[in-house]
Formats: sequence, C-alpha cells, structure tokens
Amino acid sequence: MQFLRPASWEDALAAKAEHPSAVPLAGGTDVMVEINFDHRRPTHLLDLSRIRELHEWETGGGTVRLGAAVPYSKIIDGLSRELPGLALASRTVGSPQIRNRGSVGGNLGAASPAGDAHPALLAAGAEVEAVSVRGTRSIPVEEFYTGVKRNALAEDELIRSVRIRKADGPQQFSKVGTRNAMVIAVCAFGIALHPSTRTVRAGIGSAAPTPLRARVAEDFLGAALEEGGLWSSGRTIPPAVAREFAELCSGACNPIDDVRGSAAYRRRAVGVMARRTLGWAWESYRATGNGSTTEGGAQCA
Amino acid sequence: MRVTFTVNGRRHEADDVWEGESLLYVLRERMGLPGSKNACEQGECGSCTVRLDGEPVCACLVAAGQAEGREVVTVEGLAAYARERDGTAGTGDLAPVQQAFLDAGAVQCGFCTPGLLVAADELIERTPEPSDADIREALSGNLCRCTGYEKIMDAVRLAAARSDAGGAREVV
Repeated sequence: MQFLRPASWEDALAAKAEHPSAVPLAGGTDVMVEINFDHRRPTHLLDLSRIRELHEWETGGGTVRLGAAVPYSKIIDGLSRELPGLALASRTVGSPQIRNRGSVGGNLGAASPAGDAHPALLAAGAEVEAVSVRGTRSIPVEEFYTGVKRNALAEDELIRSVRIRKADGPQQFSKVGTRNAMVIAVCAFGIALHPSTRTVRAGIGSAAPTPLRARVAEDFLGAALEEGGLWSSGRTIPPAVAREFAELCSGACNPIDDVRGSAAYRRRAVGVMARRTLGWAWESYRATGNGSTTEGGAQCA
Repeated sequence: MRVTFTVNGRRHEADDVWEGESLLYVLRERMGLPGSKNACEQGECGSCTVRLDGEPVCACLVAAGQAEGREVVTVEGLAAYARERDGTAGTGDLAPVQQAFLDAGAVQCGFCTPGLLVAADELIERTPEPSDADIREALSGNLCRCTGYEKIMDAVRLAAARSDAGGAREVV
C-alpha cells in the first residue's frame, strides 16, 4: 500500500489520475473501519486532509459551496441558518468524535443508502462538484447515487464540494434508530419547504437501494398547497392532505429486510416521519409569518 | 513509512509504519503509549479518544500518516495538558477530571476510562458549566459496560464544579 499525501488540490487530482484505484481518505470514519477489519486493501490511500479548500465553505449567492471535507461539527456550528436541514441531519451523525472527522464528501463518496446527509441534500437541492484533471462537472445529487454504495464519480474524479441551495423556508429532518447517538439510520427523512417556488421537496434515506426523492408525494403536496391557497393563507394543512402525503412517501420506498429493521417497518416509519416533519415545518412556516398577513398585520390562522 | 508528530508536547517518531496503520496502533505499539484503549476499531466505543489538534477524535479512525506534523494529546498527557491550560501550579499527577473520576467512583474495570477522561476534559474546557444534557451529549460516543454511567455523570459534574470554584477563587 502507498500513502499519497498531496499538498494541493491540483496534486490530488494528478495523483487520482495517475492512480485511479486510490481510495480518497478524509475523516477516515468509513475507510479506516474497512481497513481495520481487513475488508479493504487499496493499493493507494489518497489523504485529502491537508487540502485547505476542502475544509472551507463559501456562502455567496443562493447556494453554499460546501468543501467536501468540512466536518459535520463545523456544519452544525457554522451553517445551521443557511442549511438547517443538513445541520439537523449532521447532529444525528455518530458521536462528537465522529462528527469532528466525518464529512458530507465522505457520505457521498461512500454512497451508503443510510448516509445521514443524503435526505437533507435531496430536500434542499444540491449538486456535487466532481473534478478531475479533465475538468469539472456538476452532478445533481439525485443522479449521483447509482446503487448501493455506488455513485456517479468516474474513477479519476474527486469530490471538490457540494453546492447546496440556501434554505428559503423551513426544513426538517428525522431519523429512526435505537438510540440518539452512534446509530446507523433504520430509515431517515428530510423535508424542505420552498416558498419562493411554492414547492416542497422530500428526501428518503435507508429505505431503498439509494437515497431518493419522493417525487409523487412532492407533486401531490405542492398541488394541494397551491389549490388550497395555503402558501398565502398560512392555514393548517388539512389532515387528509398530510395523510396522503405520508402514504405517498411510504409508497416511494423500496426497502429490504435487514438486521436494523424490516421492509414493512421502514415503509411505515417513513410515512410517520413524513407526516410529522411536514407538520413541524409547516408550523414554523406559519409561525415565522411567511404565510400572508391580513391588512391589519395579524397572520391568518 | 516514517511518521513524526507531537504527542503530549513531545516530538515522537515511528519508522516502518504500515500505510494502513491507525494512529491508535502507532501510539500503543510503536510509541509506548498504551493509555488509549483498543476495542471496537470502528469508532463506536470511544475508548481510543485522543485530541488531534485539539479536537476529540477516535484514534482508531485516523490513519497514522494523517497525524504527520500534528499535535496529539492522550490520556497520559492529560494532567500536564490541564495544568498548562488551567495555569495551576499544582504538581499533582492527575488532571482535575481524573481526580473527580476517582472521588466519584466512576471507574470500574477502567477500560473505557481513558477515552471518557479525554472527552470529559474537553467538554469542561469548552463548556465550564455543562448541563446534564451537555454531559450526555459530549460522552455519547463513549461506551461503558460497567457503571451504568451514573457515577460518570457524577464525576463530570464534580470536576466541573471544582474547576468552576477554582475559577471563582482566581477572580476574587
């Protein structure tokens, strides 16, 4: 095994081009487990921990350009206003020790269906910046996950950043597990209200071979909110609408039975999380006065 | 490969390190610092918790080569680290958090203790008056199979109360 320690991003890209089988290593929270347990013996480890720009973010314009190796603890501390859904998801990652090392780039590189960041990225809207010596391409996160632990990266590409749309409305995240810390999701759910486009996006984790959006549910809810005039009135979402949204989210799942939970449980739990997170997000939409106000300034109830 | 980094304020060097080797292995087997414990090797148990450039991390998940040139604090250096940080002139062998663990009876088999001490010390450094929720959160990555955690909670509360009292005395 060789340990490659590029000092710059350009050097890292050159090393990856020269050694396509090199395994990128940042926080090590996935890769080192595989090496410790002898599940993986790469010819090269490509240490990205010295590349400054991977550990930084930029917040100009409508997106956050999040460096691939920014640890979850920094997202929680520094980006909960711009990326509330991702910050909530980050809080559920592992433990403080793991959050000090693990990163969204690592979650994407590993492409586990159970990665905590995925539902939040899907709900917010994100694009993965994949770079090689050949150039840069931007991959919508929906298209990035191609199978269980498989992603759309070419063998010479590295993840430079994720461009995530800044929140334009409330976002929520929920995850089912046996305790609050150190839990791989049984299943997870992220929701983002986008009042600026009057749309809702929903991301499901660990309930299908890849993380996925619940598009039918999103479309149904978007139409129901529009038809009911709820974006402007800020009225409570009718229970029948929330129930239907939940059922459509359950229907979007394609889960398996495994040690963490059964397929039936996952389908049901995703529906419950969908209904609850929609309720929480809509309540804060109403509470922050994003719904229209009457002429007197009082918000419609 | 050779790796060189600072452990507990002293420069350490190790030769013939395998490229896939963890920081934990190098500390324990090559540098003679077996305080950080090797248990799960997958970041679940926290027994190997050390500070890497100040951050609590699982040493089993840091590749040795990633520690090159960095600063590591292990449980062996915790007393000296705390002395320097707190500016206490004491010559005691124990950090306040270590003394509190002893006084509160928070140590049974002792295997998880080094990791808990490093995590608890960092909590009190960052949050001098932690709530119970803060303590639970800070120690959520450290498993103990003996104590049921209640004595550990007591110990951290005790250490925080003592360091707070120390701070108050300095102000007066």
